[in-house]
Amino acid sequence: MKRFFGFVRKEFQHIFRDKRTLLILFGLPVVMIVLFGFVVSTEIRDVKVGVWDRSMDQASIRATQKIFSSGYFLPAGYIDHEEEIGELFRGGKARVVVVFEEGFEGKLLRENRAAIKLITDASDANTAQLSLTYLQGVLMSYFQSMNQDVQLPWSVQIKSRMFYNEEMKGAYMFVPGLMALILMLISALMTSVTITREKEFGTMELLLASPLKPREIILGKVTPYVLLSFTNAMTIVLLGFLVFHVPVRGSLWLLMLECMLYISLALSLGVLISIKAKSQQMAMFMSMLGLMLPTILLSGFIFPIDNMPEILQWVSTIMPARWFIVIVKNIMLKGTGMAFIWKETLILMGMTLFFILAAVKQFKIRLN
Amino acid sequence: MQVVATLLVKEFKQIFRNRMMLPIIFVVPVVQMILLTYAASLEMKGINMAVVDQDNSQASRQLLSRFEGSPFFEISLAATDYPEALDELTSDQADVILHMQHGFEKRLFSDKETELQLVINAINATEAGLIKAYCTQIIGDFNSYVRAQWFGMEGSGRLSTLEVIPRYWYNPLLDFKIYMFSGILVIIVTLIGMLLTALNLVREKEMGTTEQINVTPIRKYQFILAKLVPFMIIALFELAFGLLIGRLLFGLPIVGNLGLLFLFTCVYLLAVLGIGLFLSTVSNTQQQLMFIAFFFMLTFILMSGVFTPAESMPPWAQKINLINPVAYFMKVIRMILLKGSEFSDIRREFFSLGIYALVVLSLAITNYRKTT
Repeated sequence: MKRFFGFVRKEFQHIFRDKRTLLILFGLPVVMIVLFGFVVSTEIRDVKVGVWDRSMDQASIRATQKIFSSGYFLPAGYIDHEEEIGELFRGGKARVVVVFEEGFEGKLLRENRAAIKLITDASDANTAQLSLTYLQGVLMSYFQSMNQDVQLPWSVQIKSRMFYNEEMKGAYMFVPGLMALILMLISALMTSVTITREKEFGTMELLLASPLKPREIILGKVTPYVLLSFTNAMTIVLLGFLVFHVPVRGSLWLLMLECMLYISLALSLGVLISIKAKSQQMAMFMSMLGLMLPTILLSGFIFPIDNMPEILQWVSTIMPARWFIVIVKNIMLKGTGMAFIWKETLILMGMTLFFILAAVKQFKIRLN
Repeated sequence: MQVVATLLVKEFKQIFRNRMMLPIIFVVPVVQMILLTYAASLEMKGINMAVVDQDNSQASRQLLSRFEGSPFFEISLAATDYPEALDELTSDQADVILHMQHGFEKRLFSDKETELQLVINAINATEAGLIKAYCTQIIGDFNSYVRAQWFGMEGSGRLSTLEVIPRYWYNPLLDFKIYMFSGILVIIVTLIGMLLTALNLVREKEMGTTEQINVTPIRKYQFILAKLVPFMIIALFELAFGLLIGRLLFGLPIVGNLGLLFLFTCVYLLAVLGIGLFLSTVSNTQQQLMFIAFFFMLTFILMSGVFTPAESMPPWAQKINLINPVAYFMKVIRMILLKGSEFSDIRREFFSLGIYALVVLSLAITNYRKTT
């Protein structure tokens, strides 16, 4: 046991000796929280809108003013030719062009009906659609306010309630997702690289020849990363709470236990990668390409799994992050307990066991 | 020139000697491009709605049939009361609960106004907003139907209506995939190019083989050049390969000039590989380098506007994006491929990246020490 602790201490010294890596390890969660909280949001803001006003009367000018005072849109200037629309789009100077038809106000007053054309650069389909929805909303509510004196009887009113997230905060989505991403990357990436490094430099052979058992070597290698990852997980929970007021409605102890389970899963995956990989480069590419993008995209972190094609929904079931995110959302946001997450927990346990068994089977203790 | 050519032969031999390299360069990116493009969809489909209809009247059934007729909703009538429906919401079986109480129809007739409850799982706020918008639209349609059919009142008789005509240019079918694909292509070209370059040099450092080069008369710039060119070729090849896949599988439109795109990519790669080389001169081990590179890559990629529009980011983030090469490339590749932008449209980005490349490459060359 003393021998083992000595080994763990050596590993800690390896990590703490390298100040730059350490800074990034602890800075990563903070930077990511800031990025996702303030930068990468699907909200629409400052969308550049060009105006082609063919009637230039009171109604169209007022509507234009309404658009730009709404806070979502920035003026990209007036145009007066159809060709200019393409120029604005190709140069990335505007995303939407609003076209008022000729005699806009007159038609509105006489025929009670006038048309506005919204032309959008749909190369980014999603933003195009969102901007149009917002723009439509602004225009509609402006024209409805002109109709205020007319009453609408016989209607069904909607009383809606945004459950779990009354204020509709984006942080409720990305805090659990970030935990899954950062834990997976740090645990799997770090362990896979440190172990391959020993292999590449031939120091693994020295360790194997020492009185330490192979089991102890691997355990000693991963122990420091368990602590590092756990600290990171708690940092994210704490920052989420302090900066974005994301609550922990369920049991904090259960959350910690589930974090530990997920960390051990990621670590055993890292060990398995390191056994398979022949060089650090290999290990890195396997962890980066094989884990980073799929964990971001296939786990339901940014893009909801329900919207994916069926095959990908199947593929996503082998992503540990997918199950972990469900667990974290349940405990933190819904305040539920084991009754709702036992299935996901069992899946994570099964995966961990599988990776450990596979690693043990592949690990060669003999030199070749 | 002779020296550089010999060095290039050496680099290429080393790269292709490694059997694992080929799958990393070709297979993994292809799988990623295909899988992730399909995964990255924000289109909503199949909203699961739990209905608690305690009124069970003509009005409530008619409203319900409108939801059933919508392609967005999948209706479940399993829950008989509200708590049961709430359980379905908690266990993610339902995304939204539609609750109509006793007297729903009666009050519509007697009070001219009645109400229903919508309870939406709002953990994903964006999705919740969309669900609410869809519901509001359906119920609004129902309202005007009721007014017109049951009470014989033309909903819009005296009202002035505004007709909004949307037009979607460049992508009339609102195909989300082509946009995502171009973004993922940028990520992969960048990751492969930058990581391979950076790791290659620092690996030689770690192994001690740079010292052997250092004692030869090879000049610093020759050495750096020989490290740069192979990975640039690989990255350009990756781009061509990716474009082909996009064209064949996703019908990626290539509206603009491909020559312009490749010219721009060359300048971009000089900047990105320059960063990779610079990072490798300041780190001592592959592990250290990987962590620094990983940190910058993730930040650069997320800020580049791959998933969300860069112009909606706060001003300070847009300032940071001035030194983010990925943001320039992300913008330009989409401009050229999807909208057919010409050189005059991307002039600013082109020259900014050119200066950028010059700066990082000279930094990398001056920072690389032949002596310790």
